[in-house]
Amino acid sequence: MTEPGHSILSADDAPAALGQPGSSAGRGDDRRDTRPLGAGTGLGLGIGVLWLSLVVLLPLAAIVVASTDDGWSGFYDTVTGDAVAAALKLSIGMSLFVAFVNAIMGTLVAWVLVRDPFPGRRVLEVIIDVPFALPTIVAGLVLITLYGPMTPIGLELVGTRKAIFVALLFVTLPFVVRTVQPVLMELDREVEEAAASLGASRFTIFRRIVLPNLAPAIASGAGLCFARAVGEYGSVVLIAGNIPFQTEIASVRILTQIENDQTAAAAATATVLLAVGLLVIIALDLGRRLVGRRG
Amino acid sequence: MGIEARNVVKRFGSFTAVDDVSLNVTSGNLTALLGPSGGGKSTLLRIIAGLESPDGGRILIDGVDSTGLPPQRRGVGFVFQHYAAFKHLSVYRNVAFGLEIRRRPKAEIRKRVHELLELVHLEQFADRLPSQLSGGQRQRMALARALAVEPKVLLLDEPFGALDAKVRKELRDWLRRLHDEVHVTTLFVTHDQEEALEVSDELVVINNGRIEQIGSPNDLYDKPANEFVMGFLGPVTQLGGRLVRPHDIEVLLTAEPGTIEATVQRVQRVGFEVRVDFATPASAAVTTVQLTRGQADSLGIRDGLRIWLRAAPNASTIVAAPSLAKTL
Repeated sequence: MTEPGHSILSADDAPAALGQPGSSAGRGDDRRDTRPLGAGTGLGLGIGVLWLSLVVLLPLAAIVVASTDDGWSGFYDTVTGDAVAAALKLSIGMSLFVAFVNAIMGTLVAWVLVRDPFPGRRVLEVIIDVPFALPTIVAGLVLITLYGPMTPIGLELVGTRKAIFVALLFVTLPFVVRTVQPVLMELDREVEEAAASLGASRFTIFRRIVLPNLAPAIASGAGLCFARAVGEYGSVVLIAGNIPFQTEIASVRILTQIENDQTAAAAATATVLLAVGLLVIIALDLGRRLVGRRG
Repeated sequence: MGIEARNVVKRFGSFTAVDDVSLNVTSGNLTALLGPSGGGKSTLLRIIAGLESPDGGRILIDGVDSTGLPPQRRGVGFVFQHYAAFKHLSVYRNVAFGLEIRRRPKAEIRKRVHELLELVHLEQFADRLPSQLSGGQRQRMALARALAVEPKVLLLDEPFGALDAKVRKELRDWLRRLHDEVHVTTLFVTHDQEEALEVSDELVVINNGRIEQIGSPNDLYDKPANEFVMGFLGPVTQLGGRLVRPHDIEVLLTAEPGTIEATVQRVQRVGFEVRVDFATPASAAVTTVQLTRGQADSLGIRDGLRIWLRAAPNASTIVAAPSLAKTL
């Protein structure tokens, strides 16, 4: 498997190449590989695509189709109907906010775990994964014990939007931490030392050297956070009160629609969530590329 | 002026990496810190750069006590063995980094970066990412990056250690020429004695956290202070209880005053040179002699030949310690 296009780079160390102008013809990865796939690759690709289609694409297509059972006008009426629109807005807005907070706090927690060895770090490592391992309804129960009517700390949040925020933060905590942590561990400390010897302050080093390297991981962590938060049900349903227009999130709304036998409406609401999820993933990917390039 | 280290001590747990080292690097010189791996030379370099803090002693850079200064304020350029390139920035931006954070005018930065890229022969690679360069090119970029901020001293930590032999040799010559052009006080760490002998104005041999000897490359090669320095700088063999370099032994066909009788045990040709192992009746140790092909042919060297050996008139010899005699 030799690629003719890349030999430039390895040959460059020959004595004659010192200052030789010939190899300046743009970046090495411009060339795209257009050779036909080998038999093994073709089979692997086929199985992969089939698997993805069966497990992911088919169900997604089904929900999109079901959402227009009442026609396009039915779809439009559903998602712009007052209660549904309010629920969608709440879910999406809250999830964006939660993803944003996590991007900052998760990075901070990951930094502390990787860079500042302290006693009890191993315990903290385990605790971070607890919200992830906990069944969400248990998480809801945990939260209602703390913030419910019997609150031991005098902080009752049931039926407020703060409760949704707290619940979503709880269940999405590990995502950014766990995506940023390995990248941070892999970062070459000498790169930061080089920047320091060039005169960069600790903040400048973080902003111009560390952050661009972490950005992709932070973005995918935040993306996962958002995806989880926007569809979260179990941990929120107990504590949020589910008051339409105030604390009813989209997933709870969908359940209400199904219970009322409005399956097309439920599918329509779900389709909007799906579209939003897709948009956010695309936006994060674009942003990640931009940040990664600009530094 | 230059770099001065006074009684520097650094411990890692119970291991003493740098043990009371005092050192004076002359301003404008290219000085090599030579020693085996784990000998403390890199640690000393990192202490000078402020990347490691000493447990004792002081560091003076250009006469300024820098012991307590952070690396940012020492005016030191540092080049790492594994390049430490800013992977997400182009070659141009890598070199410009130190100037950009000093908020120099854009035009000035552009001018300076292009000068430096020309100096390190990378002007046509300005827009590439470090991952698109070879190892030798990355190291030249790292050097340009360090020079951009006009450091008072340049510190290189095994700068060619990660490169293959051919590139290493080429970059070594290039570094020497570059230094003759730029003249910045340079201290570089290496474990390759050939590299140190070839490039440096002055050589500091470090072992077990201590300085064994300081001097010019020729001084150290010709007048090593002890067995360690002699053995580290080049090949050593034993003749009549003394250590001597294999190319400093004369081979004679007849007995003369001061010669030692020997028999040829093994002849090995390596390219243009011939290595001959001799057994001497006087001691158990084997004496290895390095001859040219012409010498070996005219002497008629062959297995079992009886011959007489003596150290050349100007050869540096050291009395072999009993412990060393056994291993040689």
